Amino acid sequence: MTYQPQKDFGTPASRSAEAVTLTIDGRTVTVPAGSSVMRAAAEQGTSIPKLCATDNVKSFGSCRLCLVEIDGRKGTPASCTTPVEPGMVVHTQTPHLAKLRKGVMELYISDHPLDCLTCAANGDCELQDQAGAVGLRDVRYDVQETHLGQEKDHSNPYFDFDPSKCIACSRCIRACDEVQGTLALTMEGRGWDSKISAGFASEDFFGSECVSCGACVQACPTATLIEKKVVEVGTPERSVVTTCAYCGVGCTFRAEMRGEQLVRMVPWKDGKANRGHSCVKGRFAWGYAQHQERILKPMIRASINDPWREVEWDEAFAYTASELKRISDKYGRHALGGITSSRCTNEETFLVQKLVRAGFGNNNVDTCARVCHSPTGYGLKTTFGTSAGTQDFDSVEDSDVILIIGANPTDGHPVFASRMKRRLRGQDGRPGAKLIVIDPRRTDIVRSPHIEAQHHLPLRPGTNVAVLTAMAHVIVTEGLADEAFIKERCDWDEYNHWAEFVSLPRNSPESLQPVTLVDAEELRAAARLYATGGNGAIYYGLGVTEHSQGSSTVMAIANLAMATGNIGRRGVGVNPLRGQNNVQGACDMGSFPHELSGYRHISDGDARRLFEADWGVPLDPEPGLRIPNMLDAAVDGVFKALYCQGEDILQSDPNTAHVSAGLAAMECVIVHDLFLNETANYAHIFLPGSTFLEKNGTFTNAERRIQPVRKVMTPMNGLEDWEVTQRLAQAMGLDWNYSHPSEIMDEIARLTPTFAGVSFAKLDEEGSLQWPVNEAAPNGSPIMHIDGFVRGKGKFVVTDYVPTDEKTGPRFPLLLTTGRILSQYNVGAQTRRTENIAWHTEDLLEIHPVDAEDRGIKSGDWVKLASRAGETTLRATVTDRVAPGVVYTTFHHAVTQANVVTTDYSDWATNCPEYKVTAVQISASNGPTDWQEEYEALSERSRRIATEVPAE
Amino acid sequence: MNTVERLVHMANQIAKNLETDDDPVGAVAYHIQQFWDPRMKKLIREHGHEGLSPIASAALGKLDERHNAA
Repeated sequence: MTYQPQKDFGTPASRSAEAVTLTIDGRTVTVPAGSSVMRAAAEQGTSIPKLCATDNVKSFGSCRLCLVEIDGRKGTPASCTTPVEPGMVVHTQTPHLAKLRKGVMELYISDHPLDCLTCAANGDCELQDQAGAVGLRDVRYDVQETHLGQEKDHSNPYFDFDPSKCIACSRCIRACDEVQGTLALTMEGRGWDSKISAGFASEDFFGSECVSCGACVQACPTATLIEKKVVEVGTPERSVVTTCAYCGVGCTFRAEMRGEQLVRMVPWKDGKANRGHSCVKGRFAWGYAQHQERILKPMIRASINDPWREVEWDEAFAYTASELKRISDKYGRHALGGITSSRCTNEETFLVQKLVRAGFGNNNVDTCARVCHSPTGYGLKTTFGTSAGTQDFDSVEDSDVILIIGANPTDGHPVFASRMKRRLRGQDGRPGAKLIVIDPRRTDIVRSPHIEAQHHLPLRPGTNVAVLTAMAHVIVTEGLADEAFIKERCDWDEYNHWAEFVSLPRNSPESLQPVTLVDAEELRAAARLYATGGNGAIYYGLGVTEHSQGSSTVMAIANLAMATGNIGRRGVGVNPLRGQNNVQGACDMGSFPHELSGYRHISDGDARRLFEADWGVPLDPEPGLRIPNMLDAAVDGVFKALYCQGEDILQSDPNTAHVSAGLAAMECVIVHDLFLNETANYAHIFLPGSTFLEKNGTFTNAERRIQPVRKVMTPMNGLEDWEVTQRLAQAMGLDWNYSHPSEIMDEIARLTPTFAGVSFAKLDEEGSLQWPVNEAAPNGSPIMHIDGFVRGKGKFVVTDYVPTDEKTGPRFPLLLTTGRILSQYNVGAQTRRTENIAWHTEDLLEIHPVDAEDRGIKSGDWVKLASRAGETTLRATVTDRVAPGVVYTTFHHAVTQANVVTTDYSDWATNCPEYKVTAVQISASNGPTDWQEEYEALSERSRRIATEVPAE
Repeated sequence: MNTVERLVHMANQIAKNLETDDDPVGAVAYHIQQFWDPRMKKLIREHGHEGLSPIASAALGKLDERHNAA
């Protein structure tokens, strides 16, 4: 396919159900009421010249190029700002219009550098296209004063800004305002002096508020804002639609290519998760895919003290299979296990769990969702009947009250945050939704341009359940519960039991204030707003799940939604914001040790027999080990071999010392990854992985949306990840013969009722599908629990507040909570190997001014962060974003290893680690800790690769 | 803490969080049955009831009964 930019309809689509028929250039067209004449023309295939209009932002009417003539109307109205009317007769091409347009273009071109042949946007420039479209052949003006020759701004790592090429159409400003919602750009000066500016005149793009989402670059009709990669490589020649491999939003992109070289990732406007938007990670931070540190050959070694030895794939598979067999024979089949990855595809994940269950002969398979959203699985399955969020992302457009708890969407899920912010700002005269934020930190969404939370409840870390119970107390005791909904949809007796519990005086906001530190009146007001403010939607993240009461908090959230009738329609619901790209999918695919794909318990004989018949092997009916249990068993000397695909448990899991002890106790650690990650320091076999650009498959995002991942280049290591797992299975004697991931999906569909209607062909046809996809819902299910809960009646569960065992005291008086930042992703293995490092070169410790002053600490000082589990050093930043008594840091950098400090306390139901509450002390530091020094030496030693000595 | 100490802690934590259930002992026993691997169940059975809360202890008794009956 030759390269074509995605079609631009000029103005956004109207969502009106009313149809309007009009005539454009003699042809009739029917479009939704509210559409612009420009859009109607584009939909019938007529291209009206335009410059300031693009369909991602509202019409503006400034360029005067899209003028049309309309019968019965005077003058030449702009088609972008003129709505269609029934019977309207429009002419887009007349001699008068041609003259006007040519005049307009002549003015634009008179002040534009005529360097088309050497311009990076040559062939992909709307100004160039429009000059051609209007037939401009010469410029009559002898311009003395121009905007040419201005200095370029190269400060952003990913795109350049050349003001000399700017036509002041404001598309970039409007994209930043309307699409991204950061409002970083402005038009500085007036008239002739108008100039796009990223904030103050002294600021460049990098130093400004710009979050580098790329919306402005995408909107720019010239080469004023252009990707550095296009400047370097040239314009693309083809494109393939695929799905981003970063967070759980699941943005779809057009991977725009030259040969096998990726030129740029452009958000796909038809993508139902992102609707044409992107963030700095998905749009730009894909350079890791070709990073020089990628390992491309399999490697083995007998001991972690030896250097690695590169081998061919055949030897690697034979050696791995023999090691696994040796260990199984010597220690028993329960000594083996595997970890699936939320970064890999559904098909790859399915194969890893199949390898463990059918090949290793046990259920010792777990996934990194263990350490993030396993409580979501437990909590939502218990209350609603299935382990998934209830809405699609579009639903937020109909929300009246948005409650965010334990999530930082502008950093963790930035593209969805932009959609949320658009709803919070209000649009076209419709007032914005109200916002409640429950978070120990004043996250960016609490107060940002045109957005201010009605209520921010800065609770003490670890008291989520107490806060939610207090909210429930207000709703029940003030008569705000939706009893009609509850009687119809939920178990009425269970509701009464729960209502009785939450109504106890000890659960009032006033009684719990000393525990939660949340002002009781503020909490009451927030509860009233959620219960009575119209459609109430709850969005939550790891600030909910990563606690000793993570599962209880998820159930407390579900209780609130059911009590207020906020389930089963657009605008409401319970929405877990998943951390990694395929957390939902990894969970769906049977990665947990206690359940098969589709969340069926391994002890369920009917489900198990289905798999046994398909796979031709008996399955163990007992649940297997979860990740922390595997590590315990390893330390005990009974768990000896681990196949770890696409996961870095040494850096991401809590209590690093315990993780390293577990790994060090194993005899065969197989790491299947792109890079020699931290876990690979303890590995004996390294199987090189492939990036999302190099393989086919599917990811499932936070809204249960299954989306295609398409191979756009050959794997640098030679094999897609599913092929690696298959070759390993074959080496172990399993009769696997998949020739394409679509066949794996066929097997998933055959064995998983919620995926029954999913196939690659159907995905190609529909673009994406939200499970359940079955006979009842052949095109998927955007909203769940519409007529009834999956489990039948919704279940209210009493969630009593149980304080964590992690206590502050004189030695460790502060509470540490951890999280992430916009520019980095998870353990940073990918983003640290991109230019994103410019925004976040190190993990910093946020500390409140009072706590900092008590310890004599200033911003930029090195400090020691110590807990009962361990200690590390990093630099401090003093800020009142955190409350007194609370400190915060990220875990993106291996050199900091924030998880040296976190403990192995965990959620009572799922063992999800309690990352969000660690008692710590901060003190001035004079250098790295012993752990940091020892670990650095270990890393250096462990990453050695033996070089072949040439034969004499 | 070693593995057995951790299992005792986990059992008590489960019991504490399920004590408002209609049948807390049954709920704790069911939870352990559903989510713990055989070795974890064996280790805590061998450990006995020391350090366990009354609910966790009763739940363990229930699991013992089931195990012995099997």
